[in-house]
Formats: sequence, structure tokens, C-alpha cells
Amino acid sequence: MDLNTVCFVIFIFLFVGYLVLEGFDYGVGMLLPFLGRTDIQRQALIKTLAPVWEGNEVWLIAAGAFLFAGFPNAYATLFSGMYLALLLILASLIFRGAAFEFRDKVDNKIWRTIWDWSIFWGGLIPALLWGVALANLIKGLPIDAQSQYVGTFGDLVSLYTLTGGAVFTLLFLIHGVTYLTLKIDISFLAKLLGMGTRLCKITIGVLVLFGILTFTNTDIESKPVASLLLFFPLLATYLVSLNLYHHRFIRCFIFSTIAVVSLSLAVFWGLFPRIIVSSLDNRFSLTIYNSASNPLTLKIMSITMLIVLPLILGFEVWKYNIFRQRILLADIQLDACTSQLTHMLGQLKTHIKHAYYLADTMNSTMDALRSANGNVISRLKPRSLILVFKKLPRKFLRNKDE
Amino acid sequence: MDNTALFLARVQFGVTLLYHFWFVALTLGISILIALMETQYVRTGSPQYKTMAKYWGRLFLINYAIAIVTGLVNEFQFGMNWSEYSRFVGSIFGAPLAFEAMTAFFVESIAIGIWVFGWNKVSKRVHLLAIWLVAWSANYSSFWILSANSFMQHPVGYAFQNGRLELTDLTALITNPFLFWQYTHTVFSGMATAGFFMIAISAWYLLNKRHVSLFRRSFKMGMISALVSMLLVVGTGHFYNQYLARVQPMKFAAAEAHWDTNQSAPLLIFAIIDEEKKTNSYTIALPGWLSLLTYNSMDASIKGMKDIQAEYASAFGEGNYIPAVTFLFWSFRIMVGIGFWLLLLLAITLWYWKKEQVESSPGLLRLIMISVPLPYLAIATGWIVAEVGRQPWLVYDLLRIEKGLSQAVSTASIWTSLILYTGIYSFIAVAGLYIAYKVIITGPQD
Repeated sequence: MDLNTVCFVIFIFLFVGYLVLEGFDYGVGMLLPFLGRTDIQRQALIKTLAPVWEGNEVWLIAAGAFLFAGFPNAYATLFSGMYLALLLILASLIFRGAAFEFRDKVDNKIWRTIWDWSIFWGGLIPALLWGVALANLIKGLPIDAQSQYVGTFGDLVSLYTLTGGAVFTLLFLIHGVTYLTLKIDISFLAKLLGMGTRLCKITIGVLVLFGILTFTNTDIESKPVASLLLFFPLLATYLVSLNLYHHRFIRCFIFSTIAVVSLSLAVFWGLFPRIIVSSLDNRFSLTIYNSASNPLTLKIMSITMLIVLPLILGFEVWKYNIFRQRILLADIQLDACTSQLTHMLGQLKTHIKHAYYLADTMNSTMDALRSANGNVISRLKPRSLILVFKKLPRKFLRNKDE
Repeated sequence: MDNTALFLARVQFGVTLLYHFWFVALTLGISILIALMETQYVRTGSPQYKTMAKYWGRLFLINYAIAIVTGLVNEFQFGMNWSEYSRFVGSIFGAPLAFEAMTAFFVESIAIGIWVFGWNKVSKRVHLLAIWLVAWSANYSSFWILSANSFMQHPVGYAFQNGRLELTDLTALITNPFLFWQYTHTVFSGMATAGFFMIAISAWYLLNKRHVSLFRRSFKMGMISALVSMLLVVGTGHFYNQYLARVQPMKFAAAEAHWDTNQSAPLLIFAIIDEEKKTNSYTIALPGWLSLLTYNSMDASIKGMKDIQAEYASAFGEGNYIPAVTFLFWSFRIMVGIGFWLLLLLAITLWYWKKEQVESSPGLLRLIMISVPLPYLAIATGWIVAEVGRQPWLVYDLLRIEKGLSQAVSTASIWTSLILYTGIYSFIAVAGLYIAYKVIITGPQD
């Protein structure tokens, strides 16, 4: 393997890592409005992602930065060409990221609904559009001899690319389901199993369509390995549904991971050594050679990555190990109750304090009245006197019949 | 590409980067302060320090969330709006971004997950390690991104080959003297912002007599860190500017509205600037002080913009090489003015603190509270001087700004993204402020 290939492999590793890790984030996000009927349920679903989503999103940042450093031409052409698609992805990710931090801070129905739907769209839009983007890379974009994208937003949309979007969305949904079977309260299981099985059936259908369209729309048939890889997601999806039926959830998650990885690898293997195919002329395609940085940068980047990657992976494993427990609905309810009880306790304390002050004031007033001479007392009404002296002191009364 | 697209792309870059950095600046300093609080908690076992760390942690996390989501936009903006620039410098400029993501962001994002959700899941020491990792990686990541910016300001370690700039020396890139001054000045200003933020919020609690002992401690911490870092900000600023006079004479002269080369140059305090005629009127100046501050000598000669323009024109061809002088001149004065005002205010606060009269001086507490936007304004004007002063260059002396713009992107697309980002950023800012307000009103909880 030459240096450019090594760098391309590292880029693929980072980008596929992003798809795998954020894949289940997006899946859970898309499932959120349908699985979470009550606020407690939604909190539980979000809590399965809360400690990990930021780390997962860094894989996208790393992949983007690595593409910039390693293959600046491809980076420049890709993101200026797919401008509006990327804009939508970024916009939805901003809302989604803010939602995780903001949602639970305010106890208001409209507020929480806004952020719930931000998490939903922040899952659906990137899932769909990255699928569309990957299908476009291999199908070919109108790129001219100066590596400039010369099409419009409409050129990105076709039956094939939309199917690509649908396939990735569905795979992420299944990935989300299998992640949740490991992470969420058991009370969700029945619903998850039903959804998962149905999703697998639909996905198998769409995968077949995508496979056929890939053979008619791209030159993947010239690459036997890539063609073979295209069948893996089918098999993996079938195995997910089979293992769901037998309640073997760890295997389910492994197979849904394999499905996402193998489909992405099929695309990248089909692309290799190109990064973006030009639909105008194959000579204009951006490859790992004509779009690469100079050898020194590639060397520095790949050596650093090979040192840093194992550390990052170790760190990731440690984190997932810390947060391995299932999120229990009871815990969320307990948290909600605890905070409510703390609040009530605080209020109660204040009330008791006030009551104490009041009693104290009344006592001193009574003492003052008791010790005062008859002048004050005699002007008081009988019922006030009862309050002060507990019984009616006859000596102060001017009129005994009153 | 026409001028509208160029203008819009520049506005978008300025707005998105500045907005991002406003939130980053606070996280740089406050993460260290929180780590210090938690260290105290682990060392002494006093639960008050834990409550403090958790309370400031909540405000930190709101900032952090906004910083991270807006950072994503910046990362892809180079490819979206400035793709020709990306092609030209990708080999050098992309490397620091990749280093930043791989060696800092991974650590930071994982550690912050453990810090926020791991209070009862990991041991005290591991939890303390998590917040120190967050503090370290936040400040370390800014090193890489500033090394990228320093390259644009003062290119080093490159060769012009194959029609683009290629990296020849990574060590030169990260030992860029420009980076040294820019990094120290930026990081200390972040710490000063965080310290000032902390005393302003604490002042509100002290004024309202709520959680007094907790916020007395926070106030003291914020005051000391703000005072020390403000002194360092002013100190590094002075040497940074002396350095600037040598490597970016045009930017330096523009920020001082210094048109004509002369010995014993005056330091302008006020001036009405006529950029057409290249003169100043109604000036108030300290004679010889610009020379004194820049070259430590009253008689040193300082090059004016007219001469530098002529030099550039003969070296790079005809064209205007003078940036927006009025804008830079006043931005620079606002930044410096705020710097000295904050220093004065902090010194007065320290004096009152020594006399133990801070809590009985509502006037001082209110003054601190209303001054809290000032560090942010200083940060904004500081970056304006750095970035607008770089014009018309994108990479100093190597690439003019209009050459860096994307060719495949239409003006309509840039309009769309500018409007969309403005809308989203405003919404997020309002929501973030509302939550911060809620957190402050609710006060610390165990």
C-alpha cells in the first residue's frame, strides 16, 4: 500500500466510524417520537445517548478535518458542490446538539416538544442526506476539468440517490433499535421487537432495490469485492431479525453494525482509487492521487493517526464501559420525584420557618398585652381577650352582659 | 465571483467564527476554575466545593454545547465558501485542524460525558481527572486552531509547489512566533473572561444575599484569576503589538491610523479619519508615544501606510493594500480601553475585598454586573483587528481574499446559508440565555 492508500483507508475508518456510532444516535433520534409516549419515556430514550453523542460526533469532525488535510481537492469540491445538502445537515445537527443540553432544563411542554423534534430531524436529515451523498459519490457528479462542480442541487437528486438515502436511513433505524435493546428499560422490548422485525423486512426490500440500481447506475460490476460486499447488508439485516426473534441482543447489535459497515465499504471499495466520480469524463474524477496533499503532510497525518487511533479506541471502550448499564424508567421517575421532593422539602422548610416567626410574634404581642395595664385591654373586644388570656377575664369587662 | 458573494462570505465567516469564539472563550477559562474547585473538593472533602463545581458546571455546559455545535459549521465552512482557499493551503491548513480533532476533541468529548454523567459511576479521582482532561484539551485544542490562523497571518514552513502551498516543516508551523503571541493573548483573554463572568454572577448573589458563603468563595476565585489574567492579557498585548509592527506593518499602521512615515510618531487617542484623502483631522495625540511603545524609544521611525502601500504596489502589482482604517482604529481603541477599564475595576474590587467591604458596596457589585458584556466586546474587537487588519490578504503576502472564494457556489447559496445561520444562531442564543437565566435564578443545588 502506498501512502495515499493508507491515508484513504484512515479516512474511511474515521468516516465509517462516524456512520456506525452516530448511526444509532440518529436511529434513536428518529424513533424518539414513536417510542416515547410519555415525558419520562422520552427522557429515558434521550438518556441512552446523552453521555455519548458528543464523542460520536467528533468522528465526523475528525473525518472532515482528515479529508481537508489529506485530500484538500476532494474536500473543496465535495463541500462546495454539495453546498445546500451539507448546509441542511449542519443546521439539523446544530439543533440536535443544542436539544440534548437544553431539553430537560425547562419543564414546559412546548419547550420540550421543540427539542424532541429537533432530535428527530437531527437524526433523519443527516441519515438521509449522507445516504444521498454517498450514492452520488459513486454514481458520479458533474465535475469539470478544473475539479469544479458544475451542476445544481437538483442534479444530486435521482431515484438511485434517493434509494441510497432511504437505505441508510433504514439501516440507522435498525441500528438504533438494536442499540436500544441493549440500553433501554425492558418495558420497551415488546415494542422494539415489533418495530425491529418490521423495519428489517422493509430494509431487505429496499436493499435489493438499491443493489439492482447500483449495478445499473455505477461501474461497480468491474469490482468483484465491492459487488460482493453489497450482499453483506442483506444477510446482516436478515440475521438481525432472526436474532431479535431469539432475544440475542448483543448479536443483533453486531449484525446491524456489520450492515452499516459493509454497505459503506461497498461504496468506498467501488470508488477506490477515486474519491468522487465525475459523470462528465472519467479523467476529471478526483482520485486519491490527484486530490492529495504533498507526501510530507500525508506521512505526518498517517503516522499520527496510527499512534493516536488505538488510544482513541481504548478511551471509547472505557467510556462505553462506564455507561454500560440499562437506563431504567424507575431511575428517571425517581430522579424526577427526588427533585420534586427536594423542592417540596425546601418549601415546607420555608413554611415552617414562617409559621415559627408568626407564632413568635403572636407570643410577644400577647406578653405585651398581658403586661399592659387595663387601659389597652379594656378597649379590646371580648373575642380578642379570649385569644390573649385563653379565658374571659371578667374584671376587665365594662359590661358583664356583653 | 462577484463582490456581493465575496462580501457575504466574509460576513458569514466573521459572524459564525466570532459567535463560536464567544462561547469558546468562556469555556477555556471556566473549565480550569471548575477543575480547581473539584480539586479542592477531592482534597478537603468539603461538599461546598462540590456544589460550586456542579453549579458553575451547569453554566459551563450551556456554553460548551453552543460552542461545539457552532464549531461544526466552521469546520465545513472552509470547504463550502472558501474551497479555492482550501485547495491552495489544504496541505498546511488542514493538518492543524486534523490534529485538533484527533488529539484534543476526542479526549474532550469523552471526558465531558464522563464528568457530566459520571458523578456516581466513577471514583472521585477519576472524576477529577475527567474535568482536568476537559480543561487541558480545551486549551490545547485552541493551540492547533490558532496555529492554523497564525499561518494565515504569518506563513512559515511552506513551499510554493504545484500551484499551491505545501507543508515542508511542521516544527516551523507550531513554533511560529506569531502563534506564541496570539496563543498567549487569546488564552489569557479567555481566562479573564471566565473570571470576570464568575465575579459578575457571584456579585448578583452577594447583592441578593443568597448562598453567600458559596459565592464569596467563587467571587474570590474569579477575582484573582481575572486580575492575574488581565495583567497577562495587557502584557502579552503590548509585546504582541510590538511584534506586529515588524511582521504586519500595514495592519499595525492601520490600527493606529498612521499615514505618513515619521520619526517620533504620536499615539492618537482620538481622530477623524479621512480614508479618501489619507489624512486625520481633529486629532488628540500623545507625541512620540507610538514610537516609545513600539520600539521603546521616543525617536524611532515608524512606517506609514502610504509608504507601505507603495512598497506593496511595486512588489505585488497595482491595487489597494490598505485595510478598513477607521474600523480598525476604533476597534483597537475599544479593545484597549475595555482592557484598562476592567483592570481598574478589578484593582478597585481587590482593594475593597482587602477591606472586606465588597458585600456592603452594592454600587461596586452593580458596576461589576453591568460590565459583564465588556470582555465579550473586547474579544470581538480584538478579532476584528486581527482578521480585518489582514485584508486584502487571505494568506499574508501569498493569497488575496477574492482568490479564495468557492467558484461553484452561487451568491444565492451564500445568502441562503447566511440567513439560515443567522436565524438558527439567534434562536440558540436566546434559548441558551434563557436557560442560563433559569440556572442563575434557581441557584446552586446539591
